[in-house]
Amino acid sequence: MDTETQTFAGAFQRFGQWKETDGSEARTAGAPEGENTIDIQGLNVYIQDKQILKDVTLQLFDRKITCIIGPSGCGKTTLLRSINRMIDTTEHVRVEGNVIVDGENIYGPKAEITHIRKKIGLLSQRPTPLPMSIYDNIAFGCRIHGTRNKKKLDAIVEQYLRATGLWDEVKDRLHNPASGLSIGQQQRLCLARGLAVEPQFILADESTSALDPVSSKHIEDLFLQLRERYGIIMVTHTLRQALRIADYVVFMYLGEVIEKGPADVLFNHPQHELTKQYLSGVFS
Amino acid sequence: MKFFADKFFRALMVLSMLIVFAFLGSILITILKNGWPAMSWDMVTQLPGGGFYIGKEGGVLNAIVGSLYIVGASTVLGLLASIPIVFFINIYLKKESRLASFVRLSFDVLYGIPSIVYGAFAFTIMIFFGLRTSLLGGIIVITLLIIPIFVRSMDEVARQLPKDLLDATYSLGATRFEAIKVAIRQILPGIATATLLSIGRAIGDAAGVMFTAGFTDSIPTSLDQPAATLPLSIFFQLSSPTPEVRERAYASALLLTLIVLVLSIIGRMITYRFSKNKIK
Repeated sequence: MDTETQTFAGAFQRFGQWKETDGSEARTAGAPEGENTIDIQGLNVYIQDKQILKDVTLQLFDRKITCIIGPSGCGKTTLLRSINRMIDTTEHVRVEGNVIVDGENIYGPKAEITHIRKKIGLLSQRPTPLPMSIYDNIAFGCRIHGTRNKKKLDAIVEQYLRATGLWDEVKDRLHNPASGLSIGQQQRLCLARGLAVEPQFILADESTSALDPVSSKHIEDLFLQLRERYGIIMVTHTLRQALRIADYVVFMYLGEVIEKGPADVLFNHPQHELTKQYLSGVFS
Repeated sequence: MKFFADKFFRALMVLSMLIVFAFLGSILITILKNGWPAMSWDMVTQLPGGGFYIGKEGGVLNAIVGSLYIVGASTVLGLLASIPIVFFINIYLKKESRLASFVRLSFDVLYGIPSIVYGAFAFTIMIFFGLRTSLLGGIIVITLLIIPIFVRSMDEVARQLPKDLLDATYSLGATRFEAIKVAIRQILPGIATATLLSIGRAIGDAAGVMFTAGFTDSIPTSLDQPAATLPLSIFFQLSSPTPEVRERAYASALLLTLIVLVLSIIGRMITYRFSKNKIK
């Protein structure tokens, strides 16, 4: 990927194309055939005996951007963290139901957590560079999954720094601490780090909310590019953001999925009263 | 009135700072004034000769080497023992784990136990097994003495580990052990501070080594031989009736202070080098 395609103009062009082509495709609804999906079936999550998610059944598609929207405390983040079992790090948590990825139930007895998380990466709300150099931040994930060859690592680091548009900004200081980067650069580094372990899906938990408008635009543009290869599931608080980038939208309220569907349909013709109210700003 | 309060407390803070500096200064001046005249190359390079403690020829090389042996070995052993404890209670156990708080409480108690008690305890065990005073005995007691310092001061830093950092590591598919390898970089400065505190306590301790390492005028060549230490050497010289010997006690104290100072500076330099990657 060359850096030119990452300019805003380029992004807007693709944005326009998507409006015409992908949008109509999405409007036909249903799962694109032959794609990998994440199937969430009857998911209930309790934290300290309080039910956070109520019988969530949902299908998430590969190579699409799915935005999860809803008011604060409606369980968006919990849902996201349940998809790659990051929820396990929460204390006093109980999960019922199935999440099927590639035909395998990740809550099944044979599921292997590190493998699941490699396949489904998470980009958190605030950038969290690891306490090491820029190079090692990206190489870390590859190393723990068995890539130790120096030349291979060099290539991977360059590939993913280019993919997130960081290469030209940091190529002369790869071995400097990652904490020296600006906050927007750090978030792109975290994205590059997540991509380097070759996931299928990327979970993004309000990943632009801590960033300035320019950096957050940068991340959005990257998501639009990455959609060609990855399934992206994004929790967002900003309706406008969902409008800009979502192929599918899921609206949640008090732990339940109220409405879900292709972005055009849900935004233009919401069926449920709560969705209408939320979209028109009655509550947020 | 607001400004008066501000100025008043500012003055109070400056005052307390001055008191601390005054103490530090007067300690340094006292040992310099009393010890400098007796300082000589012989002090650092010679073993105590016959009659050293009544004012004849010799130095305290035996004590310098003995102290360094004990401090070096017990610092390494202490680190090896306490790092796993710290990571176990902070990464493997849950935040409000009862075991973790019990471990913390235990180390608080151990922290507060005076070193003479450690010495007496080890002495009893050594008698039980029929062991003589030895370098090994000293190393073990000092290790036991500093493990609580290590654990508690590293624990304070490890508890501040950002949850986000661990989450980021886990979400790459890392195991807990791999997460520890990341976490350890973040708390390196804390480990260095803990090490400095422990070295300070270990090198200055007299009561713990008195019955365990014993005292000798020669340099131990194996672990089962007794070893001299600087604090005990100072103690023996200071209790001498001869003025020259008492002067040499101050010179030894000066040496002890210098060693601690040098180790601290080295420690700080290493910390600085290794903490450049830390996430603020």
